[in-house]
Amino acid sequence: MAKRVIQYFDDLRDTRLWRSIFRSGTGSSTLHRALAIQQNVFLHLFSTKVRRRMLSFSATWYLGTLTLGTFLILVITGILLMLYYHPSVPQAYADTKDLQFVVSSGLFLRNLHRWSAHAMVFLVFAHMFKVFYRGAYRPPREFNWVIGVILLLITLLLSYTGYLLPWDQLAFWAITVGSNIASAVPLLGNKIHFLLLGGNSVNANALLRFYVLHCMILPLMAIFLIAIHFWRIRKDGGLYAHPSEPATLRAKAAAGQVAQ
Amino acid sequence: MAEEKHPPDSAGGLNRRVFFVKLGLGSLSIAAAGTAVFAYQFLSPNVLYEPSPTINAGKPGSYPLDSVTLDVNSGIYIVHSKEGFFSLSAVCTHLGCLTAWKPDLGIIACPCHGSKFQQNGQKIEGPAPKPLPWKRMWVNDDGDLMVDRSTDIGPMQFVRV
Repeated sequence: MAKRVIQYFDDLRDTRLWRSIFRSGTGSSTLHRALAIQQNVFLHLFSTKVRRRMLSFSATWYLGTLTLGTFLILVITGILLMLYYHPSVPQAYADTKDLQFVVSSGLFLRNLHRWSAHAMVFLVFAHMFKVFYRGAYRPPREFNWVIGVILLLITLLLSYTGYLLPWDQLAFWAITVGSNIASAVPLLGNKIHFLLLGGNSVNANALLRFYVLHCMILPLMAIFLIAIHFWRIRKDGGLYAHPSEPATLRAKAAAGQVAQ
Repeated sequence: MAEEKHPPDSAGGLNRRVFFVKLGLGSLSIAAAGTAVFAYQFLSPNVLYEPSPTINAGKPGSYPLDSVTLDVNSGIYIVHSKEGFFSLSAVCTHLGCLTAWKPDLGIIACPCHGSKFQQNGQKIEGPAPKPLPWKRMWVNDDGDLMVDRSTDIGPMQFVRV
């Protein structure tokens, strides 16, 4: 009798190579399932156990997860766009046009990047409203709220720096206006303006600085803080669930029926 | 020489460990301050490849009386009024947009946030906080109008040709 497909997977997971990579071993016991989370560098940021009711749609509307999803789309499409984009004054606008009209799938990738950017800003705000109105920002989660606020600012700065890169009239004047807002800072305003643009006006240095900020500095800061943000969920006692919320009440009622 | 001993807690509580901790923290502070200065200097360009602030606006005769001419590339107006010539910054004092002369209304208006100015730069309405500054203007040896965009002057200093 032929082996079933699942048995091939079980055999694979018993091989020496597999066991050298995933040390948690096979099996469906609670211990093995906990170890599979705990011993994975990415998954160990999360709790090894989560209550089912906290994963219900009504608890979070999955807004944080959706935000991460848009961020991952932005990283992947952004890296692909970088392959055809030169951050220089003579080429930036032409490259944007090429991505739009010449590069295969360039239009799709650029639009995906743009729409995901809009969606991410919307989702970050929605996520914060949901957390705020549920009271999930309260102790012991107050520090994670602060990290979330910094991540909001990074998201807005990513939007702002990406705005300049097409190097069209909209980009030029938006960054002219936006960078002049920085000049309004008392005493240091003009210095900040000068350092941000690398000059007195939106020019080649500004384009390059915004490119480096957009593709390197801000994404690295975001990834660093996102890791802390997720790890703190576990450290602060898991996902938030309020006793009076419908999801919690439904879970209680279901548990009561099972008991009867 | 003979008095050189190492008491466990000498005067002022400065034993060897405290001394080295202070030395280490002090060195780190100096290094941090140096890094801050280094970072600031590195991020401030020493050479700017920007257009020259001095503009040659051409012969005065090319500007008819009672005309306001915008030079889009340099962001200045050349105004020929009855009192004489003057140059006005065309960059809005609000957030840096390029303003436009409206000949039918006789005002300078900003397309971004609606600031309005008179022909001489005086503010009519905001959100611009300040009037448009006058720029230093002179006539060079060839008889051309010259403007120094980097130098603001007080208003009503006309150049008569």
